[in-house]
Amino acid sequence: MTEIEQYVAPSSLEQAAEYLRSGEVTILAGGTDLMPQSQGGRLKIKRTLMNIHHIPELKGIAIDGGEIRIGALATITEIMESDLIKKHLPILLEACDHFASDQIRNAATLGGNVCNASPAGDMLVPLLVLDAEVELASKPNGSLSRRRMPLAEFFVGPGKTRRGPTELLAGLRIALPPANHYARFFKFGTRPALDISTISIGIAGMLKNGALSQVRVAFGAVAPVPMRAPRTEQALEGKRLDAAVIDAVADVARNEVTPIDDIRATAWYRKELIHNITKRMLAHVAQS
Amino acid sequence: MSLNHDIEFTLNGVTRRATVRVNMSALDMLREVIGLTGTKYGCGEGECGACTILVDGLSLNSCLMFAVDCHGRDVVTIEGLAADARADALRAAFVEHGAVQCGYCTPGMVMQASHLIATHPDADAEAIKRGIEGNLCRCTGYKKIVDAIASVNSAVKQGATP
Ligand SMILES: Cc1cc2nc3c(=O)[nH]c(=O)nc-3n(C[C@H](O)[C@H](O)[C@H](O)COP(=O)(O)OP(=O)(O)OC[C@H]3O[C@@H](n4cnc5c(N)ncnc54)[C@H](O)[C@@H]3O)c2cc1C
Ligand code: FES
Ligand code: FES
Repeated sequence: MTEIEQYVAPSSLEQAAEYLRSGEVTILAGGTDLMPQSQGGRLKIKRTLMNIHHIPELKGIAIDGGEIRIGALATITEIMESDLIKKHLPILLEACDHFASDQIRNAATLGGNVCNASPAGDMLVPLLVLDAEVELASKPNGSLSRRRMPLAEFFVGPGKTRRGPTELLAGLRIALPPANHYARFFKFGTRPALDISTISIGIAGMLKNGALSQVRVAFGAVAPVPMRAPRTEQALEGKRLDAAVIDAVADVARNEVTPIDDIRATAWYRKELIHNITKRMLAHVAQS
Repeated sequence: MSLNHDIEFTLNGVTRRATVRVNMSALDMLREVIGLTGTKYGCGEGECGACTILVDGLSLNSCLMFAVDCHGRDVVTIEGLAADARADALRAAFVEHGAVQCGYCTPGMVMQASHLIATHPDADAEAIKRGIEGNLCRCTGYKKIVDAIASVNSAVKQGATP
């Protein structure tokens, strides 16, 4: 068993990317996943443990060229309190509101939520329906380089992403939504606080005359990764949301998800929840 | 042998140095390296809030925080609250409202309550309940705790306490 050989806390992205070149680095942000996972033996910390808290390039929430950039180190509390998020991306507040507890929201970062890649990660579903992109930084040949990737392509399995071992998630980028953009999130758990989602749903699109276009639907905790639901999106696209359409779309949604049985719920129950809550959310869209 | 690292931080207003294992939690550091046992271990997984401390003015679960991450930061534990007049009012209110039974949750509850009063001075009973969602108490049924916190909040508002 290899032990941790080095602890580093770089103060720039450049330095962090340099350390990452060895590929044998475990990144520490808020630690709210890393601590229980490493203490419980589910995750082994690699040769180098790298604390990214002192890297200014990973902090803050700002508008940058028609996009909102949320730094990987932005905490759930910072997102909740951000005026920019309140104004432009209120769907994220709905996800923050039922996230764990105050103590955890104060520590947990958005980057950690994304890189932990839990199928039930609460920020992931709203980010998917907002067409968010991840910004990855590395130093492949001596100089810092960044690449971007749609979040929808980032997740490959529970806890697994397309982030390379020499890459760091620097931030998330979301195009500023236009005026008639609609986006809502709903998390179902058995109790209001400190509960992992039984299922979650995000719905977004351009709302006009009771119909959504450029529809985005995503589901959490019903597949190995937080998933976009192309068939449900297609069933919704451009249709006036009357009772028959809403019923039909909710049926498609129920058949599109592939949940499992676990301690929180059975697969059957999760499918029923997806059906019923999709229906409820669409009824709400129809009234707005 | 696991790797050690030297850190320096402010603990309850005083600069402290400590040598910690890099994978150790801040809770273990406080209790086992520094010897401050007011901060409690309940679950070790972020569920119960018994280990709540303030770091740079924010309440955190010390069981989820890496001790090395305390370096350069301002840490306050329940022992540090002893010197704070607002916390004195909170302590008195907990006693007066019978918000303590076995007392195991109390240090964490008081830390979270003081953070809540500092950040949400207008919190009503509902907001107080939400604010202490991350703190479990197996004895009191919460009502007395919420009442105690609410009484301090209104005393602060009326200027009866700092
Ligand atoms: C009691 C409890 C309740 C919880 N409730 C919820 C909940 O309601 N909803 C929810 O979604 N989650 C919940 N979580 C999970 C956790 O709090 C979140 O996933 C959180 O966002 C993780 O962020 P962090 O900064 O603590 O990550 P860390 O633990 O520091 O890191 C998580 C993972 O991501 C990697 N990582 C972190 N930052 C980066 C980066 N910038 N680049 C590359 N890799 C990186 C780390 O190496 C690690 O593998 C809960 C956890 C606990 C203990
Ligand atoms: S011991 Fe930290 S939350 Fe329970
Ligand atoms: S008083 Fe016993 S756990 Fe709260």
